[in-house]
Amino acid sequence: MSTLTQQDTFQALFAASPENFHSIRNSGKESFLNQGIPAVKAEEYKFTNISKKLDNALTNFSTALPFEVTPSQVKSALFEGFEGDVLVFANGAFLPELSSTIEGVEISKLSDKPETSLGSIAKASKDPFAALNQASFVDGIFISVPKKSQIERPILLLSFNKENLGQVIQPRVWIEVGDFAEVTFIDQSISLSDSAYFVNKVVEVKGGVNSQISYYRLQNEGKNTIEVSNIETDILKDAKFTSVNISLSGDMVRNNLSLNLLGSNSEGNMFGVYLLNGKTHVDNHTNVDHTIPHADSNELYKGILADQSRGVFNGKIFVRQDAQKTNAFQQNNNILLSEDAIVNTKPQLEIWADDVKCSHGCTVGQLDEEALFYLRARGLDKLSAKGLLLYAFAGEVLEKIEEESFHNHVVNLIQERLGSKF
Amino acid sequence: MLSIKNLHASIEGNEILRGINLEVKAGEVHAIMGPNGSGKSTLASVLAGREEYEVTEGEVIFQGKDLLELAPEDRAREGVFLAFQYPVEIPGVSSTNFLRTALNQVREYRGQEPLDAVKFLSLMKEKMALVEIDQKLLSRSLNEGFSGGEKKRNEIFQMAMLEPVLSILDETDSGLDIDALRIVSNGVNKLKSDKTATIVVTHYQRLLDYIVPDYVHVLYKGRIVKSGTKELALELEEKGYDWIKEEVDSAATV
Ligand SMILES: Nc1ncnc2c1ncn2[C@@H]1O[C@H](COP(=O)(O)OP(=O)(O)O)[C@@H](O)[C@H]1O
Ligand SMILES: [Mg+2]
Repeated sequence: MSTLTQQDTFQALFAASPENFHSIRNSGKESFLNQGIPAVKAEEYKFTNISKKLDNALTNFSTALPFEVTPSQVKSALFEGFEGDVLVFANGAFLPELSSTIEGVEISKLSDKPETSLGSIAKASKDPFAALNQASFVDGIFISVPKKSQIERPILLLSFNKENLGQVIQPRVWIEVGDFAEVTFIDQSISLSDSAYFVNKVVEVKGGVNSQISYYRLQNEGKNTIEVSNIETDILKDAKFTSVNISLSGDMVRNNLSLNLLGSNSEGNMFGVYLLNGKTHVDNHTNVDHTIPHADSNELYKGILADQSRGVFNGKIFVRQDAQKTNAFQQNNNILLSEDAIVNTKPQLEIWADDVKCSHGCTVGQLDEEALFYLRARGLDKLSAKGLLLYAFAGEVLEKIEEESFHNHVVNLIQERLGSKF
Repeated sequence: MLSIKNLHASIEGNEILRGINLEVKAGEVHAIMGPNGSGKSTLASVLAGREEYEVTEGEVIFQGKDLLELAPEDRAREGVFLAFQYPVEIPGVSSTNFLRTALNQVREYRGQEPLDAVKFLSLMKEKMALVEIDQKLLSRSLNEGFSGGEKKRNEIFQMAMLEPVLSILDETDSGLDIDALRIVSNGVNKLKSDKTATIVVTHYQRLLDYIVPDYVHVLYKGRIVKSGTKELALELEEKGYDWIKEEVDSAATV
């Protein structure tokens, strides 16, 4: 019998959780105990057996503590050309002393903002890991961008993770963006150890009327990292939220991304690339909820899978009865570079309104041999030709990254991985 | 320059080329004609190094080197150029970027300095004029959404950029209107010299009014069954291929 399915494994986490956010924690715990850790056959976790993975990898299911990060570590983690503000975290704990202060933006530890409505966007009842985080997170960050402010410089959420005993890191992020405000976040984690640890992250974003929010994320952690994240956002009238998620490594990664379109003329964009090798397993579960008429959602995820890697894509589009004149587009394309790589892709459409434009498509294929030969016949070596084709495949998503230095950083990482520069 | 001896090649166990012999010298133009399905494109592809085809017998020597031993990119770098019958559309790959990378890899192999952006652009301008290709086409993804004629013109443009020793044009004329045919042929003729050779694979004699061949060969069922001069092409134009098929097929049944 696995130890994780016996829920007392989690008692250590509950016991170590602080006293603040008392009622929120209690409802999180209750919700977690109701749902339990996903069983092997659980529909939502069918292709991603996270329970077994945790059982095998973690020897000590307890809370990871913050540790000291040096300014030089922060400096060397910044990618070339980055000109923005940095918020630093160690095992999920916010480190104000190493972080920028950003004019016009309120930033504090969650523990200093007890009135925050944690769990009101990423609801504990929807996912056991969101519930677990809500029950037992230690501290986190509160970010508030005031009304009408245009934050020109990107804000980098830079997390350092380090565990030797295979513990649990539970970042908790609350972002609120006022009406008509504009801001770009870059979410990046750095592994300081190669040993197994579990990150269980929750990010809630509350976007105001006519706000414009970009949330870029790079997952390029140690090869033994196990990660579950729940990122959820409420998008109000005339507002736009764009997520670009780049997954390059890890052991098992599960991303739950949910966009709630709550006001007319709102726009939700979900873009992603997963470029995987070794035995990395990345599961992107996305969910867009069209609750009102005249809102648009666009989704494009592209996967390149080598070796024995595995990709899972599940894209849910939920169009409620009132949500007439919805435009919802979804596309997932995959290239398998090896016979041992696997992709499971599934669109999941639930449409209750009758006047909607909705399209979806998914493909799983190999590298186009015709194209490869064509390029080689012009003198390009095989590696460059492959790289050029794969890069072109991913490029359609990468060009959605509007922050130039981050775009270049991701392009460099991907070209390096693809084995050529051009 | 090129010497093909008893070349046999198959795909998926079917023998398509069944003993090709061909000698091409510098300065020559050879036309290869023949009915559909006779193996013309297969021959062109085998020379360029397409890996799906298995060479089961024979040899190909190009400028003293065993061509069949070389990877496709090395054949290109040695100076073999294939203008594809069906150029491939490659979304997301910019024509200019790709050509610059290709050209510089070719130059590196030939021991030449890489071209910087400025020199590359001026070379491009010069060659664009040669084949009268529009800059707009080249700022798009490689061949993506190009018309048939635009694709063929782009092939000749790439040929002009890479300055091959041996050019193999696989039905570059098919689908072109007279104006386009003239432009393309003009480009090919200007690139010819006494140090280069051209193999034109075609279905129609029409092209040979513009690119005048020294020799015409008829390929049928994987063999060169007849060779002659440009008059042979005119004869084929007039009489079709049936008489050749009959000749070959009756000889085979004897
Ligand atoms: N990829 C392939 N698989 C199987 N048969 C092929 C393939 N390519 C060509 N062939 C066969 O080889 C023969 C010669 O084709 P091809 O060289 O294209 O002829 P041509 O160019 O003279 O019209 C045809 O019978 C064709 O069906
Ligand atoms: Mg052909």
